[in-house]
Amino acid sequence: MNKGWKGQLLRVDLTAGTCKIEALNEEWAKAYVGGRGLASKYLCEEISPDVDPMSPKNKLIMATGPLTGTYGAANGRYMVVTKSPLTGTIASSNSGGYFPSELKYAGFDMIIFEGKSKHPVYLQIRDGKAELVGAVHLWGKSTNETEDAILSEFHGDAKIACIGSAGEIGVHYACIVNDKHRAAGRSGVGMVMGSKNLKAVAVRGTGGVQVANPKAYRDAALEAYGMLKENPVTGQGLGALGTPVLVNVMNQSGGLPTRNAQTGTFEGAEEISGETLASTYLKRNKSCMGCIISCGRVTKIVDNKYAGDGEGPEYETLWAIGAACGISDLAAITKANYICNEAGMDTITFGATIGCAMELFEKGLVSEKEIGMSLNFGDSDAMVKLAEMTAKGEGFGKKIGLGSYRLAESYGAPELSMSVKKLEFPAYDARAVQGMGLEYATSNRGACHVRGYLISPEILGLPEKLDPQETEGKAGWLKIFQDFTAVVDSSGVCLFTTFGIGVPQFTKFCNAATGTDMSEEDLLVAGDRIYNRERMFNLKAGIDPSQDKLPKRMLEEPLPDGPHQGQVSKLPKMLPDYYKVRGWGKDGIPTEAKLQSLGLS
Amino acid sequence: MQKLIRIEPAKCVGCKTCELSCSFKNVGEFAPSRTRIYNEIFLDEAKFITVTCMQCDEPWCEKSCPKNAISKNMATGVVTVEEVKCVGCRTCVSACPFGMIKYVDSTGKADKCNLCGGDTPECVAFCPTQCLTLDEEDKPLRQKMLRFVNTIKDGQMEV
Repeated sequence: MNKGWKGQLLRVDLTAGTCKIEALNEEWAKAYVGGRGLASKYLCEEISPDVDPMSPKNKLIMATGPLTGTYGAANGRYMVVTKSPLTGTIASSNSGGYFPSELKYAGFDMIIFEGKSKHPVYLQIRDGKAELVGAVHLWGKSTNETEDAILSEFHGDAKIACIGSAGEIGVHYACIVNDKHRAAGRSGVGMVMGSKNLKAVAVRGTGGVQVANPKAYRDAALEAYGMLKENPVTGQGLGALGTPVLVNVMNQSGGLPTRNAQTGTFEGAEEISGETLASTYLKRNKSCMGCIISCGRVTKIVDNKYAGDGEGPEYETLWAIGAACGISDLAAITKANYICNEAGMDTITFGATIGCAMELFEKGLVSEKEIGMSLNFGDSDAMVKLAEMTAKGEGFGKKIGLGSYRLAESYGAPELSMSVKKLEFPAYDARAVQGMGLEYATSNRGACHVRGYLISPEILGLPEKLDPQETEGKAGWLKIFQDFTAVVDSSGVCLFTTFGIGVPQFTKFCNAATGTDMSEEDLLVAGDRIYNRERMFNLKAGIDPSQDKLPKRMLEEPLPDGPHQGQVSKLPKMLPDYYKVRGWGKDGIPTEAKLQSLGLS
Repeated sequence: MQKLIRIEPAKCVGCKTCELSCSFKNVGEFAPSRTRIYNEIFLDEAKFITVTCMQCDEPWCEKSCPKNAISKNMATGVVTVEEVKCVGCRTCVSACPFGMIKYVDSTGKADKCNLCGGDTPECVAFCPTQCLTLDEEDKPLRQKMLRFVNTIKDGQMEV
């Protein structure tokens, strides 16, 4: 079992301070592909779903897929899987850069962290050998500083994933940053890492990744490259304008949630658009390992009180810190983005939480005295100040660090949190894009866009154009998108490739890499299996189907303007369809027959 | 004229596809540590520099080889290591001022870019941005010169 997969995992017991190499479970790897799927299977086997996410009993798994470290499309991804402290659901957060491939070159498909270290430590891996070393001297350092320090003391060619201050002080949406600017962003995976006193993972690997059928693999890669280059989104749009290309698109579609989703259009959209970013602070685009899309935004601000440099903002960040807060000052958004990256905080939840706090303030539910400043929509200085305070855990920043649900609930207004299962929804209004609303309600990690990105058909028209207000058939579309996404995340390839390539290409890649003989149908069944595996974890964790819902605002407050003026989410109409299409009972619980058919009973 | 790999650094996006495709073709696995072309990433400066053997006309490696295992074919332009003659003494590794020939533990031989032996080099075939091209003509050089010429042209038009 050394084609595609490396066939071994590293188990790190932080309590005992030991590292042990284990063979990867081959049967599970075949059934769950790798990455997100395989790590979810391990997590479900090894922890009780009702475990306190912050206790040493929770585990943190970093997992690559069988295609990670190869070429073909954008094959440099890994996933962090654990129980989320923000949502209580299973968390799996994806990132690219160079770290994931290096882990494979060092000989490992995944790392399982368990227990809790007494003192801050970090993990050094060098070609099949691993040891925990002290990290007291790194504690408190930013993600940039941590990476630089490890590069100089361990190995100049090492690839590094680490937490910043946010993960150390318990910001509920702390992320894990690798290669300085890439983040396993959502669900608070960095908070779990911090709770284990694990500051960083540094890897140097000089080995390689073999595939079972080199000729078939190369042919599949050439086909995929051709399709990705010809596709307007992956071949041009994402390289030239990055994800921010969506700001104007979503605003014109009337689905850019503005001022904590009080409206769906933002008068300042042009000022925070991808086009404006490209003509102001963008220095160049860049790729992750093995990626031909190059959506990364390298930016720099000079001659401005918000001077700085780094990567981003991405579309979701421009929306969260921008439109959701009524802020159109691109420099301020970019600065806050840098602060989030260096502290290791998810920009979506951070921005959405500020937007929520602004509404709480304007409604008089929280006072100027308590915040330490006024906090009206559009106040970019206050927003940047709060980013710094959140990163340091100071004053009202501590409350911002809890995420919007806990914040709004503490002021008696949980309905003002634009979240599902305590995860803030991203930059698409569920009233303007009906399928996306269904995705938010049913995604296994809360309101998330990257489990079933129906924006692709509903707005971008890929692979075909669907009416965003239509509800008929959306459940079926969503199931296929969710299952396919589960496979893509598990394979080690970037989700963005799916604008240009589909199930046939992934089937060829997976078979040629690992030597399996899966049909396209088999691949989607694996996705269905992963999805149901995650669902069962959540149900056992106490997240019952009544949580498959949307904030009241989405269901009861019609959009006041834009092309979808007057619309609300039609979730109640779509949800029963969805349960049916999934083969679940009317109660939203997978039936025994369904579980049996997937080998999950 | 020699067909050589031409490199235009401004087009590089740091994806390392050249390293991946080179190692996959030449050593049978995706292993950037065993590539013959190097894509170095400077994260802080956001600069990506790709280098490989430039197939010198008077190669240091050739001149230094005590076994005459290295030669340049002036027709194809390729500097090649003849494996049967190579004794793995690493003299060429020391001699090359650019670090573009290396010793490989697993084979015990010197190893360098041979432009994939006459096929389109794999790195060129897979480079997504055309940062790498195989050409007799040094087009990137001409592009660089033209950028400079254009600044003069623009300046003159303002006068």
